[in-house]
Amino acid sequence: MLPSIPRSSASRIAYKAYITLFFVYLIAPLIVVASFAFNDSLFPSLPWNGFTWDWFTHSSEPKLGLFHDRSLIKGVGISFFVAFCVTLLSITIGTSNAFLFERYDFHYKEFAYMLMLLPLVIPGVILGISILVFSNTLANGIENTFEWDWEFLRPGLMLVVLGQFAFITTISTLVIAARLRKFDRTLEEAAFNLGASHFEVLRTITLPYLRPAIVGASVIAFLMSFENFNTTLMLVGSDAPLTITMYDRLKEGSTPVLNAVSVFLMAGSAILALLSIVLQKGK
Amino acid sequence: MMKSDSKRLSLILLLTPFVLWLGLLVIIPHIDMFLLSIRERIAPRTYETSFANYAEFFGEPLYWNTLARTALMSILATVLTLFIAFPVAYYIAKILRGKSKSILFLLCLLPFWVSELVRTFGWMILLRETGIISNFLQWAGLISGPIELLYNDITVIVGLVYTSMLFMVVPLVSTLDSLDDSLIEAGYDLGGSAFSVTREIVIPHAMSGIISGCIVVFMLTLGNYLTPILLGGKSSMWFTGQIYTQFITRFNWELGAAFGFLLLFVSSAIVWLGLKLSGQTLASTVAKN
Repeated sequence: MLPSIPRSSASRIAYKAYITLFFVYLIAPLIVVASFAFNDSLFPSLPWNGFTWDWFTHSSEPKLGLFHDRSLIKGVGISFFVAFCVTLLSITIGTSNAFLFERYDFHYKEFAYMLMLLPLVIPGVILGISILVFSNTLANGIENTFEWDWEFLRPGLMLVVLGQFAFITTISTLVIAARLRKFDRTLEEAAFNLGASHFEVLRTITLPYLRPAIVGASVIAFLMSFENFNTTLMLVGSDAPLTITMYDRLKEGSTPVLNAVSVFLMAGSAILALLSIVLQKGK
Repeated sequence: MMKSDSKRLSLILLLTPFVLWLGLLVIIPHIDMFLLSIRERIAPRTYETSFANYAEFFGEPLYWNTLARTALMSILATVLTLFIAFPVAYYIAKILRGKSKSILFLLCLLPFWVSELVRTFGWMILLRETGIISNFLQWAGLISGPIELLYNDITVIVGLVYTSMLFMVVPLVSTLDSLDDSLIEAGYDLGGSAFSVTREIVIPHAMSGIISGCIVVFMLTLGNYLTPILLGGKSSMWFTGQIYTQFITRFNWELGAAFGFLLLFVSSAIVWLGLKLSGQTLASTVAKN
């Protein structure tokens, strides 16, 4: 089947119908979530009782809107904080890893590269529990030996950040290394010949070249951290990021305030998605 | 020499964060988890090395049934994802041209920028007893009362296929894109039917994309927690749910750690088998996405 090869119109229509159906399948859950954010009913389900902004703006129970829902707003704040830390950490280490694998030769480099990919193969739940186990071993060891209680090694935001950082770093390494590989090294040599120091070359030539990849990797890291659930679930303490708060509400059965949050999440993801597409076009 | 000394120093400076990151957050935690899994509590605060936790897994049918069920359903979901995604990927890569091609491809990717939680929530609204589909079927007169479509295996599969779609479509489109049109035309010129051209030319060419898509989808499905638990409810019997129960609800970390290792083992074994059968490497499969 190709456009250049004649086919019966029946099979062409059937194919088109299948593709249409596929896109309905892809988009239906999102449209449904978004539309029920505006339904004037206590549950995110039919019947349709008319349009309302209450799930965003209403200030009292039982129709507590998103802007007045303390725990959801707090969840958003925590998620932003975690995503910010994870992005910063994973981009820093990702950039350094990219240089390590693209610029240097050392013993067991292939093996190290394979180890670097491991976090992508380990299910998020297991990555979470392994970090939980290890930090618990550490905390107990320190408490028994020195009688110090290191609170940050117990489930909480610090562990959430570390757990997400563990696998997101692999992704940022891959994105940044891919661009570094295409770099024309004669540019650096030229700068050296003109008397620039290592640091100057890095700052004025190599890093500016890597900028699109670093920005792209940051967008991905931020989004993956913000939306992460599996690893976070195992490491979370009393301060819950947004996904955990939403999950708890979802299990209990919630009002359409969750749809209102989802509308914001979708808008945020769409903006970031478009941003990264524009950035890629710029390359 | 100065130069090689400074090269050496910068190598060490770059290796240190790499080793710290991977060692402290991935490798040592997994070794520690393994040590925990081979530890048996024989009296309060006294432990002994034994494989009792693994023995408990094989001794209790509920546990190994759950793992076998999770693996089988993941394979089923992977195969279904492949069959649903393939015609779409072919359409995007081979039939569409120019702008409509890139727009449709982007449309495929866009839903996956949204959190899995939100997408699963959408399916819950569609499928629950008071949901859209139940209401629609009643309105159409196909059923007489509300019908609960959540909390069964088919729903879990639908959700898993949905969540995995991106990781299948992307590698398929990229391998099909690299297939030269003239090869397909030659197949038709030589009298091949649509079926035989697909089987003899298109599928062999797309094999690397099929394998890498399947491996990634399988891994993600096996380790998924959100979709099976929310769409399958208490009856979902997903292995990651069992791990969560042992760790958080029952506080039996030793058994939970053993479960974690078994899941990791099944996942790596099947991925390894897939790579061996197709002659690909992990780097070429996972690093592309």
